[in-house]
Amino acid sequence: MTVEWGHFALILALVLSLCQVALPLWGLAGRDHALMQTARGTAIGAFLFTLLAFAALTYAYVQSDFSVINVAMNSHSTKPLAYKISGLWSNHEGSMLLWVLILTLFGALVAMARQAIPLPLLAAVLMVQGGVSSAFFAFILMTSNPFLRALEVPAEGRGLNPILQDPGLAIHPPLLYIGYVGFSIAFSLAIGALIHGRIDAVWARFVRPWTLLAWSFLTLGIAMGSYWAYYELGWGGFWFWDPVENASLMPWLAGTALLHSTVVMEKRDALKVWTILLSILTFSLSLIGTFLVRSGVLTSVHTFASDPSRGKFILGILVFFIGGGLTLFAWRAHALRQGGLFAPISREAGLVLNNLMLATMAATVLIGTLYPLVLEGISGDKISVGAPFFEATMLPLFLPLALLQPLGTALSWKRADLWAAMQRLSWAFGFSVLVLCIVLYVTRGGSVLAPVGAGIGLWLVLGSLADVWLRVWRAKAGWVVNLSRLAGLPRSAWGTALAHAGLGISLIGIAATGWGTEVISTVGKGAEVPAGPYRLVLEQVITRNGPDYRETIGRFQVYSDQQKLGVIEPGKRIFIGQTMPKTEAGLMTIGLGQIYASLGDFQADGTVSLRLYWKPLVVLIWGGALVMAFGGFLSLLDRRSRIAAPRKARQLHGDAA
Amino acid sequence: MTRKSRRMMTIAGLGSILAVAVGLVLYALNDSIVFFYGPTEVIEKKIHVGARLRVGGLVKVGSVVRPSDRMVEFVIGDGNNEITIHYNGLLPDLFREGQGIVAEGRLEAGQRFAADTVLAKHDENYMPREVADSLKKQGHWQGEGKPDAKAGSKP
Repeated sequence: MTVEWGHFALILALVLSLCQVALPLWGLAGRDHALMQTARGTAIGAFLFTLLAFAALTYAYVQSDFSVINVAMNSHSTKPLAYKISGLWSNHEGSMLLWVLILTLFGALVAMARQAIPLPLLAAVLMVQGGVSSAFFAFILMTSNPFLRALEVPAEGRGLNPILQDPGLAIHPPLLYIGYVGFSIAFSLAIGALIHGRIDAVWARFVRPWTLLAWSFLTLGIAMGSYWAYYELGWGGFWFWDPVENASLMPWLAGTALLHSTVVMEKRDALKVWTILLSILTFSLSLIGTFLVRSGVLTSVHTFASDPSRGKFILGILVFFIGGGLTLFAWRAHALRQGGLFAPISREAGLVLNNLMLATMAATVLIGTLYPLVLEGISGDKISVGAPFFEATMLPLFLPLALLQPLGTALSWKRADLWAAMQRLSWAFGFSVLVLCIVLYVTRGGSVLAPVGAGIGLWLVLGSLADVWLRVWRAKAGWVVNLSRLAGLPRSAWGTALAHAGLGISLIGIAATGWGTEVISTVGKGAEVPAGPYRLVLEQVITRNGPDYRETIGRFQVYSDQQKLGVIEPGKRIFIGQTMPKTEAGLMTIGLGQIYASLGDFQADGTVSLRLYWKPLVVLIWGGALVMAFGGFLSLLDRRSRIAAPRKARQLHGDAA
Repeated sequence: MTRKSRRMMTIAGLGSILAVAVGLVLYALNDSIVFFYGPTEVIEKKIHVGARLRVGGLVKVGSVVRPSDRMVEFVIGDGNNEITIHYNGLLPDLFREGQGIVAEGRLEAGQRFAADTVLAKHDENYMPREVADSLKKQGHWQGEGKPDAKAGSKP
């Protein structure tokens, strides 16, 4: 019965979402505040019913109720509990349910937040949210219902796709979806503002915390997904420019631009029209990402759907909301008055450049991702646009952006002195160049791109630290005073610095891939293989049983000179209910680098093919992303971006810059 | 600075960055996209030796050999024509005789192909989309059954 209750709750959530559109619309048309107020209740109600539906499906998964088709197709009674639960969102239907759960959660949060959003704007925002969630509820109920029962109950489930049975998968989709879906609030606020016809710095203050929240989670989600692909797919890469990865990168790039443009709008009342457009585009890219992944137009490990009716339905949703949003924008944007003037050399101008580069990067990724689909549709030619395309287009856009970033933060608002800003950062720049020269000398003969990338990364880190330091340091004040001023800096200043430093850290990690080593060989017992400064010896090959799989592993001892560092055990697993083996990489983290081993086929003579990497500083790639996300969360805790109104506005003193 | 000249500067800056980006995209699209062909298309379209491309087809049963300890060689076909692929690396988990794979690399003389990547990016129920389409074109498509069953029915 629980499953039927869940199904019923989902239908009620759809009905409530429709009310969430109709009632506030009626209220807005008749300027009826009581009707506008209903938007809050319906938004919270829609979330609670979706939560109920989600809980019911989770219960079916935990109970291994194979009379539910979705559970039978994606679970197995021997799965550990955690994977029974995460199995829910490993498939199309379940992940769409998670998608709307998060969407309605955001709606409910807006309804409950103590931001002082004027009631007409709030009603419009919740109305748009209700529209988006109604469309996706209808999509789930009509084409992807996870609550359908089977006529014949199978005795056992078909099991979870083995590459998806992993802690990484358990948390990657929820993080990613919070990011994707969180941008819906920026979208709804933009549409609400266009309907409302008024937009000012206060609007930017409403949109900023939601964007920050979504961006921070999306950063974590992408980093998590990248690390998952790194250790799970056994290819040793951290980014494959796969369309599914690009689908998450596009909203991230646009969202990053949006974060920066809202700063300009909040502080200087400028870039209004652009910020509105960017809000619409960022969520549009989230929707396009959902379409790409969920419609089955792509064939990749992430695509579980292959039913054309779904594709058409999502395409319809996509066209309606993106087209509607942009039409409304074209119709109403002229009504928004432009504010704050600024000189070509100023913080604003720097942020415009930032937005231009980021938006161009997002557009480039979009072109590279859609071009093969469009070309195949037109001419039938099948092509693949892969890493060479993206490296050739993204690097020339990204490296200048990274190079200019610290300079941008050193510029003052409105009109800035470029020369003074450069002087302020001279020691950070000088030190980075010095390190670059040393690295170039030490690694001479190798790739030039790696040292340059690492140099720019270091410059980003030092530039961010310098920014924080220069905000507080006064030569005449003593150390104690300066340090206390440092502690008194607003959290958003720290957040900004950390996010930029995190980008630099990731960049150093990415650049360092150029210094790694790769060995492919066939090894037998006792064989010795070098991995950078270390070497590995194959001790023995073991076959053993895990909780729901059988695996064959190669046990390698890792040595540094004569010293034993430990053991890594790459292998192959065959899961119960599956026939295909799955490669499990063996990883050992030494300092900031990793030894990465992945096994190929076991041969009849007892040897096995081995791919072995030494990846120096590789941990920095994901570590930097964590620092970035942490910076985002820290900014979110800042007084100014509080979602709840501050009880007691404490006066902070340090913000003197 | 007046509003007008500010606008001109903004447009000029915008335009130049966009022009650079468009240039980069066109250059990269010209230079780094890779076409996919089935074995028959490689012959029909007279693809020149040395071209970088993706080929795909079913791995011929019994064709996988290892001439040296790091090298692997196998034949893929679409029912009408075949290509011999040699590859220096680890085959993916889902690589099986009788199943569809895609290889990326350079074409060599005599229907040989030097692969630097071998992909078997399908799950247990279906094969790479490109390979399925290529088989359909050659009239050897047998529906989206279990690939194991298909392998049994195809010589």
